[in-house]
Amino acid sequence: MNTPTQVFTVTRADLVKYAGASGDQNPIHQDEGVATSVGLPGVIAHGMYTMALAARAVSTWFPGAEVVSFGCKFTNPVVVPAEGGVEVEVAGEAKPSGEADGLTTVSLTVTCGGQKVLGMPRAVLREAGLGA
Amino acid sequence: MPVDQSLVGRVFPPTAPYQVTDDHVREFVAATGGDYDGGPAPATYPIVLAFDAMNAFLEAEAIDLFRIVHGDQKFAYERPIVPGDVLTATLTVSSLRQIAGNDIIGTTSEVTDADGALVCSTSATLVHRGADA
Repeated sequence: MNTPTQVFTVTRADLVKYAGASGDQNPIHQDEGVATSVGLPGVIAHGMYTMALAARAVSTWFPGAEVVSFGCKFTNPVVVPAEGGVEVEVAGEAKPSGEADGLTTVSLTVTCGGQKVLGMPRAVLREAGLGA
Repeated sequence: MPVDQSLVGRVFPPTAPYQVTDDHVREFVAATGGDYDGGPAPATYPIVLAFDAMNAFLEAEAIDLFRIVHGDQKFAYERPIVPGDVLTATLTVSSLRQIAGNDIIGTTSEVTDADGALVCSTSATLVHRGADA
């Protein structure tokens, strides 16, 4: 199963758009002063932003597949610079269950600057036309 | 100030019904650089509902959003969300512990449709960074 690594660029403007779309207006994702005041290294991407990129990669690899479950830990922040952007890489390894349920587990590796940013990101899919 | 331990097990009121629209799903997808051409909403879309419930919870408990970072997130889907769905989320505080001056708040939010049927179960760990942490 072919899951070519996907690379996404995240900018602060993206975070502003995501804040509006998701309703998560936590200022640590937009305001350097607030972010550093609570001990963060700078403006960080919403964990859910990074998770959404991981979901985009999965849907690129498995178009039309129904997602049964999806989860991760947010282990390291994605620090987004004021100018330009930062790259997030999503790699995946798919393992079909081999059972009649038609389920496939996709274990992801999501990194930024060579460091893993999500802990145990994993999606379970039911491929289109298979299973119940 | 640590979060009140008696919160564990408390169920918060359901959020106001939210109608999923094509336009909003498109906005959500575009915010992460994708294109939406109809069909199911992306896998992380239920966070819109869960976040609404979380905001109400934080407001009710006078917890500052800017002191919250997301520890983990899980979704278990009963079915995909599609435009036209009218959804609400009900948040329960499932666990609470203190580590190194931070409150680690476990929450679950059940997203249900207009018929009351479960659409998605979500769980989130929220790390509330103490003022001295």
